[in-house]
Amino acid sequence: MRFLGTAAAVTASVVLALSGCTDKKETASPAAKKPEITVYSERVEHLIKPLFDLYTKETGVNIRFITDGAGPLIARLENEGEATPADMLITVDAGNLWHAAQKGLLRSIDSPILEANIPNHLQASNNQWFGLSARARTIVYSTERVKPEELSTYEDLADPKWKGRLCLRTSKKVYNQSLVATMINTLGEEQTEKVIRGWVDNLATDPYSNDTLALEAVIAGQCDLAIVNTYYFGRMQKENPSIPLAVFWPNQADRGVHVNISGAGITKHAKHPEEAQKLLEWLSQEEAQYMFAEANEEYPVNPKVKPSPLVQAWGEFYGDLVNVEATGYLQADAVKLMDRAGYR
Amino acid sequence: MSSVSLHSRWWQLPIWLMAGLVLMPVLVIFFSWQSAQVDVWQHLIATGLARLLNNTLMLMLGVGVMVMLIGVSLAWLTAVCEFPGRRWLDWALVLPLAIPTYVVAFVALGLMSYSGPVLTLWRSLFGPQAWYPDIRSPLGVILVMGAVLYPYVYMLARSAFLQQGRSLTDAARSLGLSPWASFFRVVLPMARPAIVAGTALALMEALADFGAVAVFNYDTFTTAIYKSWFGFFNLQAAAQLASLLLMFVALALVVEQQARGRGRVHQQNHKRHERIRLAGWRGWFACCYCALILLLAFVVPFCQLALWVVKTGFAGLDARFFQLMKHTFLLGAISAALVALMALLVAFGQRLSPSRWIAHVIRLTSLGYALPGSVLAVGVMMVFTLLDREVLWPLLRHFLPNGQVAGQILLGSVAALIVAYVIRFFSVGLGPVQSGLERIRPQLQEAAQSLGHSQWQVIRRLYLPMLTPSLMTALILVLVDVMKEMPATLLLRPFGWDTLSVRVFEMTSEGEWQRAALPALTLVLVSIIPVILMMRRSRS
Repeated sequence: MRFLGTAAAVTASVVLALSGCTDKKETASPAAKKPEITVYSERVEHLIKPLFDLYTKETGVNIRFITDGAGPLIARLENEGEATPADMLITVDAGNLWHAAQKGLLRSIDSPILEANIPNHLQASNNQWFGLSARARTIVYSTERVKPEELSTYEDLADPKWKGRLCLRTSKKVYNQSLVATMINTLGEEQTEKVIRGWVDNLATDPYSNDTLALEAVIAGQCDLAIVNTYYFGRMQKENPSIPLAVFWPNQADRGVHVNISGAGITKHAKHPEEAQKLLEWLSQEEAQYMFAEANEEYPVNPKVKPSPLVQAWGEFYGDLVNVEATGYLQADAVKLMDRAGYR
Repeated sequence: MSSVSLHSRWWQLPIWLMAGLVLMPVLVIFFSWQSAQVDVWQHLIATGLARLLNNTLMLMLGVGVMVMLIGVSLAWLTAVCEFPGRRWLDWALVLPLAIPTYVVAFVALGLMSYSGPVLTLWRSLFGPQAWYPDIRSPLGVILVMGAVLYPYVYMLARSAFLQQGRSLTDAARSLGLSPWASFFRVVLPMARPAIVAGTALALMEALADFGAVAVFNYDTFTTAIYKSWFGFFNLQAAAQLASLLLMFVALALVVEQQARGRGRVHQQNHKRHERIRLAGWRGWFACCYCALILLLAFVVPFCQLALWVVKTGFAGLDARFFQLMKHTFLLGAISAALVALMALLVAFGQRLSPSRWIAHVIRLTSLGYALPGSVLAVGVMMVFTLLDREVLWPLLRHFLPNGQVAGQILLGSVAALIVAYVIRFFSVGLGPVQSGLERIRPQLQEAAQSLGHSQWQVIRRLYLPMLTPSLMTALILVLVDVMKEMPATLLLRPFGWDTLSVRVFEMTSEGEWQRAALPALTLVLVSIIPVILMMRRSRS
């Protein structure tokens, strides 16, 4: 009985405490008049909250958000349908935005501001979503064991001269799926599969579960180079500027470096579409663009904004101009291709 | 006995309620079969479904053997014997459960990968070309999972041994059995329901795990579920795969039920027992063994996390952190109390209406635990939306014709999140309570009733005191499991209800493992106090 009694007491006090919490919140919210924008975000709190806080300070518009993976968030949007409280969806890759648009969860936006600030290939052709930062996936090599002259393209990493020298992240990560999707887009399936098989043959070890581990393996000498998103390298460099690694920009003579985005769209059933659009436009402008990219050492999409000094030091590169939509509609093909090629 | 059979219908109510709760999201998942996803299936079969199944079975087998060996041996030592350090090892050995599995996996990988400190030292000793142990191997995954999951067996077996007392061993010894023989032929068989239940929990968790296997890039059946969802953008195919997983688990549960039915044993004596003293080197050996497990499964990951917290300069520690802790603990405590209460009611219901059918229905309530977390979370979410749309809105419209009725009532409420936890972790609470109850002779109840006690009095004065160790086990396991739960928390939490595990997710999803150390470490610290308190109570 003591157990039952304790359980009852705990539950009762908790319910009281909870109702107390919510009451307080409701009476204490001063901005009740201003609409509140609701965001579902795959981009995590410490990379978006500073921007949202600044926006609230400047405009008085409150923003509430929840974070989760893109898969569950899209399932939630789809499931909620018209009843969804979400006005905006933020993801960390283009494929998932494409997928959400495909499911009819986003709306088209005609905004001269967004068109002016965001390059065409980093936004949906139907204007349903827009890139907010660019993420370059490139080659990082050991300065001790590789000369940059030896490097040329992603495809060249399939050459037997790299046998036992390559480290890769798992094919289950969307960044690799996007990279392979854009390769299919320019090279075709057959050629791409040959390249991927070459990569697998050249692997020094089983694919790692994240880019940082792959970079650490290069430093430790398990392999000589890896394909990673630049910001992972940026983080390591920030911690230790003298790591014996360097960035190489491949495919500068043809299609350019693979670029993905972290971006956003406004939901079809948004309750505050105008407010959400203003937020999106604000995010594409110069002040916000620098903050958005700098928080994670990424590249701003707005061409008027320079990346952080750390990122600028890696030099300029020519990025793939294929619309990032390709990462969406070719993703399933890319996954299958990598499975066939034995790239785990 | 007519009064019992009259009441037994009412006692079935919690059983059907719980079964209904669990089966709702499960049915939603089975509903995915309305159209076959031929494309995904063909691809899976063509590209290594066999390898996935092989990997999965290997993982099950390895983890099963490991948690049984470690869990039972530790439980027997701390519950029956006396040796140096036993009093604090007794509760400390539960702690590995408090660190999320994939965090331990990541720490293990950080320490043991090619670039990690251990192998760097190894290469400097034996040369760069020397053979080295590769943690990213099936054995590595099994060791890590076994180290995190053994507390399920440890906790359940421990409360079985505590209830069992020493008199049994003494009786066996007096009949001429050696200590080892009395352990294997008397003590162990009597604790079998508890050991099996604990192992089943560990296996279900291993089967549904995505985080740890992803860290090791070890492909299991659950990996394929997530690949279909995130890679092929095909949630339906993912749900179909998940439903196959469920059918497999349901089958295993029914088989386990049959096995358990034959092995029913009841406690003979509830005398306060004296411990077996392990004197001299035996005592120290026992102490070292327990401490070694604790070191590897808890102290090393804990210290690595602490190091990272210091290294990242406590980044992310702000005023809201206290609120994160509060949310985490509140959700854990409420859910644990609810699960323990429901488990108690269901277990009594089963005792009062002992039909084979009821037993099978109860086994099905475990299915919530066998599903990969995100898949269950989506299933629960779909059920809540359906209830909002089809039941609550029409009701409210009926009673409030002028009120605006839209938006969400259930989904996004604290209540919904707690219901989701209860669905997911019911079997974690039921296992200990059920196996605890099975050890109490039904004749005791008949005797008490014949003395004129009502059923409630019997429960209060007879069962609850005897079930205290089991109830405490259930509370601890559920509390800790809820506090570290991630997918349902992420998807179903109300705005502003972030928890520590949400913060762990946010750091790890961008690969900032070292910054994830702070919330992960706090999670452990929040777990420690209730674990100590409850383990103390479960001894008395």
